[in-house]
Amino acid sequence: MRWKAIRNFSQNLFEFPRTFKRSLIRHDKPVSDRARSQIMFNNFFLHILSTRIHRYSLKSTYTFGLGVMAASSFIILLVTGILLMIYYKPSVDLAYDSIKDIHYVVPGGRFIRNIHRWATNIMIVSVFLHMARVFYTAAYKRWRAFNWVLGIILLVLTLLLSFTGYLLPWDQLAYWAVTIATNIAASANEFTDALNITAYFNPGRFMKILLLGSEEIGQDALLRFYWLHCIILPLALVMVLGAHIWRVRKDGGLARPDHISDEDLKGTPKDPLSDKVFTHAPQKTYNLMCLVKGKTPIVGRGPEQTVSSWPHMMIRIVAVFMLTLALTCLYAYMIDAPLKEMANPSVPENPAKAPWYFLGLQELVSYSAFMGGMGIPGLALLGLVLIPYLDREEQEIGRWFDNKQGSRVTKNSFIYAVTVVVGMLVFTVSLGWLRNWFPQIPQLFIIFFNPGTVLVVFFVAWSFYCMVRYNSTRMAAIALFTCFLVAFVILTYFGTYHRGPNWDFYWLKSQWPVH
Amino acid sequence: MTTPQEGCACPLTNQAYKKISRRDFLGLAAMWSCVAAWILAALGLGKFPKPALLPDVSRVFKIGRPEDFPVGTVKIIEDKKVMVQRDEGGFSAISLICTHLGCIVSKTEKGFACPCHGSKFDEKGNVVGGPAPKALNWLEISQLPNGKLAVNAGKSVPVGTKLAA
Ligand code: HEM
Ligand code: FES
Repeated sequence: MRWKAIRNFSQNLFEFPRTFKRSLIRHDKPVSDRARSQIMFNNFFLHILSTRIHRYSLKSTYTFGLGVMAASSFIILLVTGILLMIYYKPSVDLAYDSIKDIHYVVPGGRFIRNIHRWATNIMIVSVFLHMARVFYTAAYKRWRAFNWVLGIILLVLTLLLSFTGYLLPWDQLAYWAVTIATNIAASANEFTDALNITAYFNPGRFMKILLLGSEEIGQDALLRFYWLHCIILPLALVMVLGAHIWRVRKDGGLARPDHISDEDLKGTPKDPLSDKVFTHAPQKTYNLMCLVKGKTPIVGRGPEQTVSSWPHMMIRIVAVFMLTLALTCLYAYMIDAPLKEMANPSVPENPAKAPWYFLGLQELVSYSAFMGGMGIPGLALLGLVLIPYLDREEQEIGRWFDNKQGSRVTKNSFIYAVTVVVGMLVFTVSLGWLRNWFPQIPQLFIIFFNPGTVLVVFFVAWSFYCMVRYNSTRMAAIALFTCFLVAFVILTYFGTYHRGPNWDFYWLKSQWPVH
Repeated sequence: MTTPQEGCACPLTNQAYKKISRRDFLGLAAMWSCVAAWILAALGLGKFPKPALLPDVSRVFKIGRPEDFPVGTVKIIEDKKVMVQRDEGGFSAISLICTHLGCIVSKTEKGFACPCHGSKFDEKGNVVGGPAPKALNWLEISQLPNGKLAVNAGKSVPVGTKLAA
C-alpha cells in the first residue's frame, strides 16, 4: 500500500505530455457540429467569432477579406516592430546608426525592417479599401453606426502610426517629411496670421510644442514620436480594434441582405442540416448564446443558411493572414526600405516628399497649408463620421452599390469626379493660381478660394444634385464618398509621379533636373 | 401592460417629470463628481507635455564684426538658416525658413525658391508665387557692446529694416 503514491506519481509523470495537452486544448478533434461550436465558444481567442456563421458572410466577393487583411498586417507590424525595438535607439545621435546596424549588421535585420515598412503600406491600402467596401455595401446601417465611427478612429490611428514611425530612422527623408507635417499641424497659424490675431491666440504654436516639445524637431520630438509610435498608438489601436471586432459579432455578424437567393450563396460551403427543421428539441440553440439584435431567433428550427465557424471561417481567416504574410515577405525580399543620408536640418531634400499615401494631401497643401492640411481633411473626416447619422434611409443592405440606381450614381460620380479633378489639375499646372496673377492678393482670400476648396465645392454641389434628383440621402452619400475617393486617388497619384523638384510638374521622373 | 417605473422620466407616461428619487439623485451626483474630478485632473495634466522652459533657449547668435561685411556682401549662414546682407543702407538678415511649411529656401537669380511646394520670393523675400502665405522673415540685427553684430532669429522685423552702419 505504501507504494501507491509512488505508482501514481510515476504514472502521472509518464502521462504528463498527454495530460498537459488535454489541459491546454480541452477537446479532441471535433467530429460533430456541437464539438466544433464548443471550440469556438470555449476558447478566449476564437470566441471573437460566433459559433455559427451565415453563409453570406463567407462570400469572398462580398468582403474580399479586407478587414481581416488589415488586422493581419497589423499583427505582422506588431511582431516585427517589437523585434526592431531590440536595436533601435531613440536618440538623435544614435537613431540613424542603429537603423544602419539593423540594415547591415543584424542577422535578418534588413528583412524584418523591410517587412515592417511594407506591411504598413498593405495595412493602409487594405484599411481604405475595407472602408470603401463597408460604405458601398451600406454595412454602416441598422445599429452599426457606432462601429463605423470606431472604424474611422482606426483609420486615423493607422495614419498616425505611419506618420510617427516615419520620423524614427532620422534620415533626410524622415526629417523633412516630418518638418512639413508638423508645420501642417501648426498651420492654424496661416489663418490666425491672416486675421492678425496670432499674438493673442496661437493654436498653431500650441500644437507644435505639444508634438515637438520644442520649437524645432530635435531630441524631444524624436522621443515623443517614439513614445507615440511604440506605446500609445498601438495600445489605442488594439483596444479600439477589440471593440470594433466585438461589435461586428454583437451586431449580428456582417451586414447581409434580408432576401438572399441561392444564386447569392453560390460557392459558399453548405451545411445540409442547417435548413432542416429540427424534429427533436435542440441540444443547443446556437443563436441564443448571446442575444443579438435583429429578428428574434427562430425556435424549433435549425439556424438557416449557417455553417459552423470552425473550420469554414477559421480557414478563410488563416488563408487571408497567410496571403498577407506572403505578400509582405515577397515585397520585403525584393525591395529595400529606403534610408537616405542622416538628417541635416540645414539642407532640405528636394523634393521633400512624405510617404506616398500622404502625397495627395501634400498636393492640397501646395495650394494652402491650412486648408489643404487641416481644413479639407478635417471636413472629410467629419463628413465620414456623420455618414451613418445623416443617411438613415431604410434599404437593403449588404449588396455592393445597393442596386441598379446605386451603381449608376457611383459610375456617374466617378466620371464627374475624374473630369473635375483632372480639369482642375490641368488648369492649375498650366495657368497657375491667384497668387501668380495678383501677387498682392490677401492670404485670407487664397485660404478660402484655392484649387482644393473649389474641388470640395464641386463635389458638394454634385452630391446635393444627386440628393434632389434621386430624392435619397443614400444616393447623395454615394456621390460625395465616390468624389472624395476619386480625388484622393488622383491627387495621390499626381503628387507621387508628376511632382518633382520645387514641386514643379514633370511628366516623368527621368525629366527631373540633376542637382 | 407593464407599469411604468417610479421616477421614470419617460414623457409618454403620466409619471413624466416626476421628481427624481433620492437614490438616483445621489447616484448621479456621485457619478458626475467623479467625472468632474477626472476632467480637472486631465486638465491639470494637460500642462505636462508643455515644458516651462523650451530646450532651445537663446536664438541670438553672433555673426562677426561689421568690417567682415563690406558693402555688397551677401553671406548665407547655412546652419543658422539666415542670409546676412550689407548694402549702402546697412546690415540686414533674412530668415531662409520658408513661411509655408518650414523648408529651407535657396537663393536664385531673382530671389529665393523653396524646394518643397514651389513657393517663390523676390529679392526682398516678398512672395511672388506658390503657397507661402507671407514674406520671408526679416530678423533683428544689432550691434553688441563689444562691437560684434548679432542676429536674433526669434525676433522678426518689418521687411526692409536695416541696421545703419
Ligand atoms: C485598423 C483598421 C481596421 C481593421 C483592422 C478592421 C477590421 C475589421 C474586421 C476584421 C471586420 C470584419 C468584416 C470584414 O472583414 O469586412 C470589420 C468590419 C467592419 N468595419 Fe472594420 N476595420 C478597420 C477599419 C475600419 C474603417 C476605417 C471603417 C469605416 C469607417 C470600418 C468599419 C467597419 C464596419 C461598419 C464593419 C461591419 C461591417 C458589416 O457588418 O458588414 N472599419 N472591420
Ligand atoms: S515649405 Fe516652402 S513651399 Fe512649402
